[in-house]
Amino acid sequence: MIALLKRDLALSVRAGGGFGLALAFFLIVVTLTPFAVGPDSGTLSPIAAGILWLGALLSCLLSLDRILALDFEDGALELLATAPIPLEGVATVKALAHWLTTGLPLTLAAPALGVLLNLPEPGFKWLTLSLAIGTPALSVIGTFGAALTVGLKRGGLLLSLIVLPLYVPTLIFGAEVARRGAQGMPLETPLALLGGITLATLALLPFASAAAIRINLR
Amino acid sequence: MSEKLPRPSSLWEYANPRRFMALSGATLPFVAAGTTVALIVGLAWGFFFTPDDYRQGSTVKIIYLHVPSAMVAINAWLMMLVASLIWLIRRHHVSALAAKAAAPVGATMTMIALATGAIWGQPMWGAWWAWDPRLTSFLVLFLFYLGYMALWAAIENDDTAADLTAVLCIVGSVFAVLSRYALVFWNQGLHQGASLSLDKEENVSDVFYWPLLICLAGFVGFFVLLILIRTRTEVRARRMKALQARERMT
Repeated sequence: MIALLKRDLALSVRAGGGFGLALAFFLIVVTLTPFAVGPDSGTLSPIAAGILWLGALLSCLLSLDRILALDFEDGALELLATAPIPLEGVATVKALAHWLTTGLPLTLAAPALGVLLNLPEPGFKWLTLSLAIGTPALSVIGTFGAALTVGLKRGGLLLSLIVLPLYVPTLIFGAEVARRGAQGMPLETPLALLGGITLATLALLPFASAAAIRINLR
Repeated sequence: MSEKLPRPSSLWEYANPRRFMALSGATLPFVAAGTTVALIVGLAWGFFFTPDDYRQGSTVKIIYLHVPSAMVAINAWLMMLVASLIWLIRRHHVSALAAKAAAPVGATMTMIALATGAIWGQPMWGAWWAWDPRLTSFLVLFLFYLGYMALWAAIENDDTAADLTAVLCIVGSVFAVLSRYALVFWNQGLHQGASLSLDKEENVSDVFYWPLLICLAGFVGFFVLLILIRTRTEVRARRMKALQARERMT
């Protein structure tokens, strides 16, 4: 499984892997926001945490169809399905590789972009923490969406339509933590719930993803 | 097709498409008649023979469309969940087709509930829309319906489509419930509490209660009617596909 993780990481960092694409998209979303709502810091400051969460979520969405599609096309997924490791483990490793190449860089980039959006001072810590806790859930849910649509020729748009409603709880709690953090309000409850969502999806969704992959490989 | 089927020994035998077609064909006129009567009586009673509310005036009467459609919208997803489970566990094709048939009906009912709610909300709250947990969770439910239908439409192989949509329906159900609670946490809203519950204190007042109950029965009947018709259409479409495939072979 570690070999698989290394392989996936290498593939995504090298040519055509889409590594960095999510980061660039994140930067563009954040850059476009002041053009849409105005450059006034009084306008930007209260919505900064939410915009950063939304931007991170959308950037995460971009690379989802790459999680499984290439392996499905060249037959590597069938080999993995017959390999001695469980397919649930493969789904988890794929999600982990996706998180390491998109979720983690997004989390690290978010504070820098927070400066652009005039995020209030106490918000930086909580924004980073909430993204670090919340983005693994985005990757795991996204892997499930990718597993559902892997057999389709042009599944990209459909993938977004399926995955975005599933992102609702994560977004709500994640953005809530960042928003409350920025305003200096107590945030233990949403933080605990965000962690709960991440752990629960991490524990349960790989089974659904593996089931979907099996159906698609049939 | 003309020989008589033996009497069914268990409910599961209605999963046989022939038995399902026979039973649904026989009950369809009764369901249709019952639905028509209930809808006409309920809506006419509600619209013309109940007093105006002393605060809300005649706008209160939109309740006869709003509450039943909202109830059917939620229960349609529940029915799809049950049908998906039956399909995954027992592999009865009629069950998968019934789930497929229910989705557009559920989506339409969600839309009706949202639209009537907006029309009701405008004079009452002074806003067409508010980001209230109930309203928002219905919008999210609508998105779930869209994703589900899009997945059905996108996959060519019937069995693969049935399997994958069933998995999506189960996972989606968990996330729909989760979203509901997340939204309550996120924003306290304008929407009133339950209109109907066993707790008598919370109910709407008696004058509106009976016509509302009849409307609910009418909407449920309407839902069952549409599901039966749509499932029968799906079964026939499936048969036609099989016949065409056979034609090409010879």
